[in-house]
Amino acid sequence: MSGFDENLLDEADETVRVRFVVNGRKVACEVAPRETLVDCLRNELELTGTHAGCEMGACGACLVQLDGRAVHSCLMYAVQADGARIDTIDGLSESGVIADLQAEFHRRNALQCGFCTPGMLVNANELLSQVAEPSREEIRDALSGNYCRCTGYEAIVDAIDAVAKARNEGGSAT
Amino acid sequence: MSAPLTSLDRPNSYIGRSVPRPNAKRLLAGRGRYVSDLKLPRMLYAAFLRSPHAHAKIISIDIERARALEGVHLVATGADLAKICTPWTGTLDHFKGMTSSPQLPLPLDRVVWAGQAVVAVVAESRAIAEDALELIEVDYEDLPVVVDIDGAREAGGPLINPGSANNICFRSQLDNGTVDDAFAHAAHVVEEEFSFGRHTAVTLEPRAIVADYDPAAGMLTVHHATQTPYQFQDLYSRHYGIPEARVRVIATDIGGSFGMKLHVYHEDMAVVGLSILLGRPVKYVADRIESFVSDIHARDHRVRARMALDAKGEILAMDVLDLTAIGAFSTYPRTSVVEGNQVIRLIGAPYRFKNYRASLEVIFQNKVQTSQYRAVGHPIACAVTERLVDMAAAKVGLDPFAIRAQNVIADDAYPQTSPTGYRFEALSHQACLKRLHEMMDYDALRAEQAELRKRGVYRGIGIAAFVEITNPSPAFYGVGGARISSQDGAIVSLTPSGEVRCLISVTEQGQGTEAIISQIVADQLGLAQEHVKVVTGDTEVTPHGGATWACRGAGIGGETALRAARALKRNILEIAALILQEQPSALDIIDGEVVDAATRQQRLPIAEIARIAYFRSDTLPPGTQAQLTVGHHFAPQGYPFAFTNGIQGCSMEVDVETGFIKVLKHFIVEDCGRVINPMLVDEQLRGGIVQGLGAALFEECRYSETGQLVNGSLADYLVPMPMEMPDIVIAHVETPTADTELGAKGCGEAGTAAASACVLNAVNDALTPFGATINSIPITPAKVLKALKRF
Ligand code: FES
Ligand code: FES
Repeated sequence: MSGFDENLLDEADETVRVRFVVNGRKVACEVAPRETLVDCLRNELELTGTHAGCEMGACGACLVQLDGRAVHSCLMYAVQADGARIDTIDGLSESGVIADLQAEFHRRNALQCGFCTPGMLVNANELLSQVAEPSREEIRDALSGNYCRCTGYEAIVDAIDAVAKARNEGGSAT
Repeated sequence: MSAPLTSLDRPNSYIGRSVPRPNAKRLLAGRGRYVSDLKLPRMLYAAFLRSPHAHAKIISIDIERARALEGVHLVATGADLAKICTPWTGTLDHFKGMTSSPQLPLPLDRVVWAGQAVVAVVAESRAIAEDALELIEVDYEDLPVVVDIDGAREAGGPLINPGSANNICFRSQLDNGTVDDAFAHAAHVVEEEFSFGRHTAVTLEPRAIVADYDPAAGMLTVHHATQTPYQFQDLYSRHYGIPEARVRVIATDIGGSFGMKLHVYHEDMAVVGLSILLGRPVKYVADRIESFVSDIHARDHRVRARMALDAKGEILAMDVLDLTAIGAFSTYPRTSVVEGNQVIRLIGAPYRFKNYRASLEVIFQNKVQTSQYRAVGHPIACAVTERLVDMAAAKVGLDPFAIRAQNVIADDAYPQTSPTGYRFEALSHQACLKRLHEMMDYDALRAEQAELRKRGVYRGIGIAAFVEITNPSPAFYGVGGARISSQDGAIVSLTPSGEVRCLISVTEQGQGTEAIISQIVADQLGLAQEHVKVVTGDTEVTPHGGATWACRGAGIGGETALRAARALKRNILEIAALILQEQPSALDIIDGEVVDAATRQQRLPIAEIARIAYFRSDTLPPGTQAQLTVGHHFAPQGYPFAFTNGIQGCSMEVDVETGFIKVLKHFIVEDCGRVINPMLVDEQLRGGIVQGLGAALFEECRYSETGQLVNGSLADYLVPMPMEMPDIVIAHVETPTADTELGAKGCGEAGTAAASACVLNAVNDALTPFGATINSIPITPAKVLKALKRF
C-alpha cells in the first residue's frame, strides 16, 4: 500500500468501547468517537426502528428514551451515552408499555409512511408520562419537534388524546 | 352517496368501509424495512463531492489522495461513469419543440447548479467516504450565473447551454374562442401578477438506494426507495445495457415520496454504475442537506393573468402568461414542463366560460431541477383562478360563494370540454359548494368576522374550488415516447390452504395501497380481508405496471384488482360446480365458503376446493385443469383522465402587528368518485392539505444572487409542524366514473391542489379593511407586513 496519510488512518481506526443497557439487555460495542448514538443504534446494534431524518435535532425521527427520558439520538455521540439505559421503539414495543398508543395509532391510521412514527410514539409516551390529560393544544405543542410529512397531524393528535383519556379512566382507548 | 358495489351489510363487503391498514402494525412496532435500513454482505457506501458553484467549468480533478485513503475502494468521475452509462435527455415528443441537454451521472466538464454531484467515492463506511471527499481537489473556472426568471430571459444574457440560442426549454400556446373580443366588451376586468416560490417534498426519509450488481450472474438488483420500480427497471436496463429480465428493482417501505422519488437522480444512476464497476453492493442515502440541493424542487412560477366579466359577474374570458424556471436540465424521464403545461390547462377549470388564451414559457436557470411533486401545477392554476374570482366578486359586489355558484359548470351539464381541451365526464361543483357553505356555517363565520373586526381582530375567510387530474391514460407520458405504463397488472392466486395472494404493480408509500387492494379483492371474492395477502414493489414478482403516481393507485390499480378477483372467482366457482355438480351460476362465495347463490346455504369451503385442485386433481372430471392463478391487466380507456373536483375553505386570523397568520380551521368537500376506504381517503386529504398549507405559509427554497441555496436544512427551511396546523373538516360527494366497474378516481392531490389558493383568498379577505393585497406564495409574515406598509 502506498501513499496514505498515517494520521488519517489512525483517526479513522480509533474506536472506543462503550456499554449500555439497551432495551433491557446489556450490550457493549466499539464505536468511533465521532459516531452519533443514532448511527450506533442503527448500524452497530441493528436497531433500525430508530430513524434519522435531519441529524440536527429538528425532526424528532430519532427520539429514544435515555434513562427514561426522550432524547434526540442524533444530537448525542454514542460515547456520551456510555453507561446509560436506552429504550428504543423496539424495546418499548416488546415491553408493551406503548401498546395502547400503537393500537390507537393503528385504529385511526395516524401514520402513513411510518418513518416519523417511532419518534412520535416515543414523544407521545413522554408527554403522557409528564401530563396526565393534555389538551389538544398541549398535544400539538408537545409534538412540535416531530415532523410528519404524510398525515397532517390531526389523526396523531386524536390518537394521543384518546389514549390520554383512556389511561385516565383506567381503560383502553378502543 | 353512490350506491355501494356490494351491499355493506353483506359479510366481506369492504368497499366503502373504513378498515385500518393491515401493514401499518409493522411500522408502528419499528419493524419497517426502509432502504435506508438495508445492509447487505460486502456492501460499500457512496458519498459525493458536490459543486460549490452554480455555474462553472471543471478545469481539473485531482483524486489521487482520496483514492489512497485506507478503506476507499473507488473514486469515480464523470468520465469513468460515462464509459458504461449512456446519456439521457429529459424531453418528450408531445411537447413539440422542447429542448434539454443530455445528462450523465456525473458531469464531464461543466457544473450547472450549486450542489450538483461531481465526484463519487465508494468506501467501507460513509464516514470514510466523506473523509475521502475532503482529499479531492477540483479546479473550477466560474461561468456567469443565471438565477432568476428575468435574468434568464434577457436578450444577450448568459446562456446555460452552450450552443443554444437562448435559455428557453419549451413554449406553448392555447387560444380558444374570441378572447380579445370578450375583453373589449367586458363590463369588468381584473388582472394580477402572481408569484409562486420554489419548494420541495422534504420526505422524512431522504432518497435511498442500494445497487447490487452481480457480475457472475450478469444481474443487477436495485433496492430503490421509489414509487415506480418498473420505470427504473427499464431505465437501468437501457442505460447500462443489461437485459431487462436481469434487472430487478425492489421498492420496499419508503419514508414518503409525493412524486419526488420517481425521477432519475444523477446520484442514483451513479450508484448503479459504481456497483457495476465494483461488482459489489453500493449504498447511498442522501443526508438532509444533500436532499435540499439535489431532490427536485417544484413550482417557481410567475403568472400574469386577467379575467373578463359581464356586468352581472358572469366570467367571459381569461388570458394568462405563465413563466416558470426549471433548473439547468429538464428532468428525466417525465420532463420539467408538465407542471407548466398543467397550470395553463387547469386554469379556470371549474367554470363555464369558453374564451381562453394562455402562453407558457419554460426557462432554464442555474438551480437544481424542478419537476413533478404532489399536485403538479394544480396549486398554481387554482390560486390564479380563485384569486381572480375573488377579485372579480369584490368588483362586481358579489359574495365569493355567489360568484362561484353563478359560474361553475352545472352538475347536470356534463360531459363538458374545457376551453383548454380537457374532457370532463361528470363533476359536482354545485353540490360541493352547497355542502361547504353549510359545513363552514358560512354566515355565522362572516358575522363573527365583522364583530371581531370592530375589536381590531382580523379574521379572513377563503374558499377555493378545484379540479384534479387523476387516472391518467397513455395521453400523459406514453404518447410522448416515455416508457411509462398507464396500465397495471395483478396476479391473483388461491393458495393451497384457501387464502388469496395478490401480486400487483401499484406500489405502497403509506397511503394504503395494499389495504385498499386487499379490501377490493376480499370484497369481490367473498373472503375475510385478513385472508388476502397483497404483495407490491418488486419487479421480479409483481407484473409490469405504471405503479403509483398521479393518483392512479385506487382508480387503475383498484380496477385491475377487481377484474382479476372476479376472474379468479369465476374459476373457483367452475371447479366448485364440478365438485358439487351444480351450475357455476347457482353458486357464490361468502366468507370463504361456496354457498348456494339463492339461499346462501353453505356448500363447501374454498380451502377444500384448493385442496382438491392442488393435491387431488385425480378426483376431478377428466380434462379439468383448475386455473387458480389469474393474471389480469387493465389500462384506462374512455376519458383520457378521470377528473375529480372539490372545494376547500378556511378561516384564519392575521396578526397585523407581527404579520403572523394562524389558520383556525380548514374545510374540504371532495368528490373522488367511489370511496373504497373513507378513513384512508380522509387521511390523504388531510396530509395533502397540510402540504399545501406549508407551501402557502412557510416553504420556500431561497437562493442567493450567486445561486446558492441558503436555507437547505430542516432548521432553516420551514415545514408545517403540529402547532401551526388546524383541524380539518371533511365531507364527500361521490360521483363515480363510469369508465370502470369500480368507479374510483384519485384523491391524493386534492388537498394540496387548493389549500394555498384558499389561504391566499383568506389572507386577502382579512386584509380588506387595510386595502392591502398579497399575490405571492409563500405568504410570510414579512410579506404581510410589507403589504400593510409596516415593514
Ligand atoms: S434525526 Fe434527530 S431530530 Fe432529526
Ligand atoms: S407518516 Fe410519513 S412522515 Fe409521518
